Amino acid sequence: MMLKPLFRLPQKMNLRFVKYFKLCLGLSIFAIVATIVLLSTIGLNFGIDFKGGTLMQIETPVPADVGQLRSTLSRLGLGEIQLQTFGQPNEVLIRFPEQAGGPDAQKTAADKVLAAIPSGSKELRREQVGSTVSKELINSAIWALVFTNLVIFIYVWFRFEWQFALGAIVSMIHDVFFTIGVFALFRLDFDLTTVAALLTILGYSINDTVVIYDRIRENLRRYKRMPLGELLDLSVNETMSRTIMTVGTVFMALLALYFFGGEVIRGFTFAMLFGVLVGTYSSVFIAAPFLILIGVKRDWSGLEKAKAGAAGAKQAPLPARAAGPAEAAGMEDFDEDEAVADAANPGTQAAVSKAALASVSARKTSAPPRTPPRGKGHAKARGGRSKKRG
Amino acid sequence: MFGFTLHFSRWGALVTLFLSVASVVFTVPNLIPLSAYESLPAWAQLPRMPLGLDLRGGTSLLYQIDTAQLKKGWLQSVQTDARRALSEERVAHTGVVIAGNQVRVTLRDPSKMDVALDRLKKFAQPVSASLFTGRGGAGGLDLAIAGSENGVITIEPTPPGVQARVENAISRSIEVVRRRIDPEGTTEATIQKEGEDRILIQVPGLAPAEVKARVGTTAKLTFQLVDQTMSPSEAEAGGVPPDDALLPDSEHPGAYVLVHKEIIVSGDDLTNAYAGYDNRSGGIGERAVDFEFNSRGAAAFARVTRENIGKPFAIVLDNKVISAPVIRSEIPGGRGQITGNFSLDDVNRLALLLRSGALPASLSIIEERSVGPSLGADSIQSGKIAAIVGFTAVSGLMIASYGLFGLFSIVALVVNIAIVMACLSLFHATLTLPGIAGIVLTMGVAVDANVLIYERIREEMKSGRGMITSIEAGFDRAYGTIIDSHLTGLLAAIILYIFGSGSVRGFAVTLSFGIVSSLFTSITVTRLMVSTWLRKTRPAVLEI
Repeated sequence: MMLKPLFRLPQKMNLRFVKYFKLCLGLSIFAIVATIVLLSTIGLNFGIDFKGGTLMQIETPVPADVGQLRSTLSRLGLGEIQLQTFGQPNEVLIRFPEQAGGPDAQKTAADKVLAAIPSGSKELRREQVGSTVSKELINSAIWALVFTNLVIFIYVWFRFEWQFALGAIVSMIHDVFFTIGVFALFRLDFDLTTVAALLTILGYSINDTVVIYDRIRENLRRYKRMPLGELLDLSVNETMSRTIMTVGTVFMALLALYFFGGEVIRGFTFAMLFGVLVGTYSSVFIAAPFLILIGVKRDWSGLEKAKAGAAGAKQAPLPARAAGPAEAAGMEDFDEDEAVADAANPGTQAAVSKAALASVSARKTSAPPRTPPRGKGHAKARGGRSKKRG
Repeated sequence: MFGFTLHFSRWGALVTLFLSVASVVFTVPNLIPLSAYESLPAWAQLPRMPLGLDLRGGTSLLYQIDTAQLKKGWLQSVQTDARRALSEERVAHTGVVIAGNQVRVTLRDPSKMDVALDRLKKFAQPVSASLFTGRGGAGGLDLAIAGSENGVITIEPTPPGVQARVENAISRSIEVVRRRIDPEGTTEATIQKEGEDRILIQVPGLAPAEVKARVGTTAKLTFQLVDQTMSPSEAEAGGVPPDDALLPDSEHPGAYVLVHKEIIVSGDDLTNAYAGYDNRSGGIGERAVDFEFNSRGAAAFARVTRENIGKPFAIVLDNKVISAPVIRSEIPGGRGQITGNFSLDDVNRLALLLRSGALPASLSIIEERSVGPSLGADSIQSGKIAAIVGFTAVSGLMIASYGLFGLFSIVALVVNIAIVMACLSLFHATLTLPGIAGIVLTMGVAVDANVLIYERIREEMKSGRGMITSIEAGFDRAYGTIIDSHLTGLLAAIILYIFGSGSVRGFAVTLSFGIVSSLFTSITVTRLMVSTWLRKTRPAVLEI
């Protein structure tokens, strides 16, 4: 009767991400250097938002001959005039730089264009940005990028450790450069919506990174002796199915926008599609393995105790476990153990009907026995954590 | 509000249900066609998101006020006042000139410095105290007035003074522009201050040319006497007398009129102006603009016309002479008429411009964005299709991957989108095309919370836990991650809002609402559904 999943992504992937870290880091450093070179040589293909000028979207009565139209319009003497079809063959986007002589000159220029295009054409859209405004827009775009990085750095630092914050910032800077580099390389229009896309990508990428970092932190507490490289791999693998699913749903939404959302936001959606891939890549291949490079504090118990002592601590401590054979036994043993503790803890089961509870208990009787003090500790810790998080 | 277990109190469940249903109800007005919405009774007309210019077509213009012109005008009036004041005090001077940013008075006798300074210092007005104008300046005055030992007095506007002037000019301009664009107060035009010296005008449904024509020109109307002692061409050749000005004549293109600088009456004293016909010829003559003065204007106009019968006076609009009729008799009662080569549009426009008053300084367009109505309609259509396709695709993927739980997450997603749209409607936030993109993107991002929970449940199941425990642990442990990842995403969206402009802000707003409501739905709606399902069906196995 129940709606069953058609497929399940594998829960445990055993991919060795850390092994490729140096390669990826090299690749990313190359990309960043290449972007800087591109920016200082050919630069970005700024849209009128950042350059100043006029953009006109024209609908022609019959499919437009762009080549002919270009030669007609370039004779108007408006400077470097750009033409492209826009979505449909009978829609043309015309752009020309800001004219000397103030607002009246812009209007005159636009009127000249309107007079030169085929009769029966319709002006669908016009955007005209003066150079004072475009300079401010560039400034505010740069500030927005800097602030986003800064604020997220502080947040991650506050919630994790400085090493994590550094990893997050490195991967975010990587995302910014990578995306800008692609825009420079392929001469794509770089305008306000691209910056909006960049900031959204940063939000998405940091979201991904934080999910993985959360798992790393959890595993750091759980496996105190596991080599860091192994632990990072484990954490990325454990969250891999979630990463793939989320990229999948976001991609679905973006593809719908790309193909059906209309020409006006296609540039934005393209930047987003590309950026989501880059953001996911950087979270998995840069942000996580980066922790190896700078190392990370392994002993969280002292800090956790200190934090738990403070009023309103967000995370209740997991009990420090005595080092010994139980710890070396690994994850499976630990989880079983904790599971029993949970099942036996009536406090967390209040809402579940007795029948369900009974069935759970019955199923659980086969679980290996546990030592009472440790179980009690877990039950308390888990209960406490639930309450505090609420 | 709730503990993070599967337990729901009756109240908790009711509140969650109520909020979900209310959000859906508040979303409905945005989904039905406008005509259907308008046919609803008034009580049922819940707020609807206004559409942005990019969706309904319209014009957005960013004007900048000419600060240099304002300053120049200010310095000129200070110059005039200073001359008059010094002559009243009988202080001789060799010149009161405008030099760069200041008015410079050179006294003939430096010993008269104290008298002159005492008088001139009365010009300085305190700048109204505010957080931003409090800084700098000479003790919060709008003019810095200082004298030097060699008998030179400088009068210079202070930065807070200039700022206060600009602020004042902007708010006056906004009033004037509002009267011009929206004389009946019926259109949904937005006219607001932007930054320090700018006005943003957004008018839905109007082409830019029409908006620009309505905003029009400064419309500074003055009545000045014509100087008949020499002809304009003589003045052009031999130099214009200091008290005169040579202004272009719009009745005779290429020609000029020599007028006295002294202003008899200005447009400030107008109380009304309307389109009419020239009534001198008896029958229906040329088109004209009739106007009425207030009592002060009427008195001045009567006096000057009485004293100057037979002489021409010039009607000057924005430094161009519209016409220069000869005064035939005294014009009492403060009524008059402007004739010229006017079309019907011209007289209507001029009457409106005069009625709305003059702009304190000229405005120039520094940014213009306009969208035709057909493109806007296309964008709405594409947005709808993209939203439907995106929703279907995300639903398909979620249900294929998580089965029944996938379906739960889709119900939560519907509530999520409903909350976003309900909030936007209640806050009267404008829906733009990037805003629609934000909603579609939210569909992809919002299920992330569910994915985190479900993947966690799977992990717990795989490690051998029971169904209930796994579900509880799944929710429980995913929350920390969900909060962290949502907050960082929210921070980025808020910064986008702060630094973004125009339609980008619309995107940031929907994205932010989407993130917050996703936090809410994953904590309440999804959990309520899972807990109810567990209670009602008591499943033996969990298919996730």
